[in-house]
Amino acid sequence: MSVKRPFLGLFVTPAVLIAAGFVLAVGAVLQYAVLAHIPGELEPGGFSLMHFRDMLKPLYAGVFFDTVRMCLTVSVLALLAAYPLALALVRVRNAYLKSAILIISVTPLFLGEVIRTYAWIIVLGNRGFVNASLMALGVIDRPMELMFTRTGVVIALVHVTLPVVVIMLAAAISHIDRDLERAAAALGAKPLRAFLTVTLPLSMPGIVAGLTTGFAWTFSAFATPQLIGGGRVNMLSNLVYSLGFASFNFPFAAALSVAGLVLTGVSLAGFRLLLRPLNRVGLR
Amino acid sequence: MTAIAFRMLVAALLGFVLLPAVVACTAAFDSRAIIAFPPEAFSLRWFVRALNYEDFRIGFANSLFVAVIASTLSVVIGSGVAYAIDRYSFRGKVLLESLLLAPLAIPHFTIGLGALIVAAQIGQSRGWPVVVLTHVVLVLPFVLRSLYVSLRNIDPRLELAALSLGARPGRVILTVTLPALAPGLAGGWLFAAILSFNEFTASLFVTAQRTQTLPVAMYNYVREYADPSMAAISALYILLTTLVLVIANRFLGLGRILGTEDARH
Repeated sequence: MSVKRPFLGLFVTPAVLIAAGFVLAVGAVLQYAVLAHIPGELEPGGFSLMHFRDMLKPLYAGVFFDTVRMCLTVSVLALLAAYPLALALVRVRNAYLKSAILIISVTPLFLGEVIRTYAWIIVLGNRGFVNASLMALGVIDRPMELMFTRTGVVIALVHVTLPVVVIMLAAAISHIDRDLERAAAALGAKPLRAFLTVTLPLSMPGIVAGLTTGFAWTFSAFATPQLIGGGRVNMLSNLVYSLGFASFNFPFAAALSVAGLVLTGVSLAGFRLLLRPLNRVGLR
Repeated sequence: MTAIAFRMLVAALLGFVLLPAVVACTAAFDSRAIIAFPPEAFSLRWFVRALNYEDFRIGFANSLFVAVIASTLSVVIGSGVAYAIDRYSFRGKVLLESLLLAPLAIPHFTIGLGALIVAAQIGQSRGWPVVVLTHVVLVLPFVLRSLYVSLRNIDPRLELAALSLGARPGRVILTVTLPALAPGLAGGWLFAAILSFNEFTASLFVTAQRTQTLPVAMYNYVREYADPSMAAISALYILLTTLVLVIANRFLGLGRILGTEDARH
């Protein structure tokens, strides 16, 4: 047997250790979630389900609701903005233009959340780019409130999520057989009709992947809601961090993380279920 | 008509993507100590300040250290296990693969929290190992994806030919498989290094003052100060990242690494 699988142990053991480390970390979160918090102590107490009772209070339940609403809004908007970019990326014939679109759309992915969020602070601030431009043009007399608002956080999060959705969609669109569109055109369909009846349905797997990834990325975002929301727009990630590092209540932070995992799991499963009929359209 | 409208839409969306980067780069050259538009007088003082700021210098060195170690470890560990998963069947293979890819689906703040708790339990919460290992866990899925694509593109007949000519399995892996895998290894390493260099949320949980990475230092700066030093460092960052991506696109084919191009076409 060992002859057919040379170096199996050597190849697999380091990865098994990394996987074990990951299991330990997630296990620690699961374990802390069911331990009591003793105020003023760093060490958790005994078994308790108090955190799961506490998180039903309106203050915390509201954050759950806001987080899911934010994830849905951002993933849908990111999908709408990403689709034309992905389509252009795959279909543009000029090689330089193609590279330019690719690099512009994916560079933000490699800039990290902090820099992108900071840049949006300069765009959205009271003396920032948007307000200064609109005031100079005479469209508004007083700065619009964009920082520390839901709208501001949504705009920045769409920008943060966009690149990965473009990648998902472009991968799906690049797999579509172009002969099908040519056939539609040859049979007399105008470009818009060919797009709506051929390309769009065939790219459904990419749309589903883009929506679910956008949802998960938004859920995971921390710096954007923290800095642009400025405490007035709170997502679950911000609550977990402040419970851990401001109140040293690590068990409650862990319990909220577990509830978050369950929530994303359930939302994404629901998402797929809802989108399943759409997915079938693509397979037909 | 539709074509023109589509082009304008794409141009507008590219403008939306570029807007914050352009605005940040412009703000970096303003001489005033606040962020306000439009810039008044041209100055390079914020670049000087950003490059001399102690926390940014230490953070940069720390990030470089963590990114190089974590991405190298990920490529070494990843190439072994990707080969084993692709070519062999063994007990627990599906479980191992799902565990290695699972960090993609779990928020970084949850992984960071877990890593912090485990590190505290074994008395390692202020050290480098927890930072590096957390980064390995987070970037390994991306390395694996990049390697699977390369492994599947290798013509299996090359390996069979070497075997039938009498080469031992170890020699086949070293002289046939590994060289054929080189572009995938390079792409995976670069991808992992960039992601690790930029990782923020999990790092915020597991780093201490001494092990603070650049994104954490930048986050702390934004919370405390409002001057354009941060715009200056963003401008440098944007320039450097764009250069790396343009070069990677030229030599490795970014579209292939990211999977936005179908290799068959």
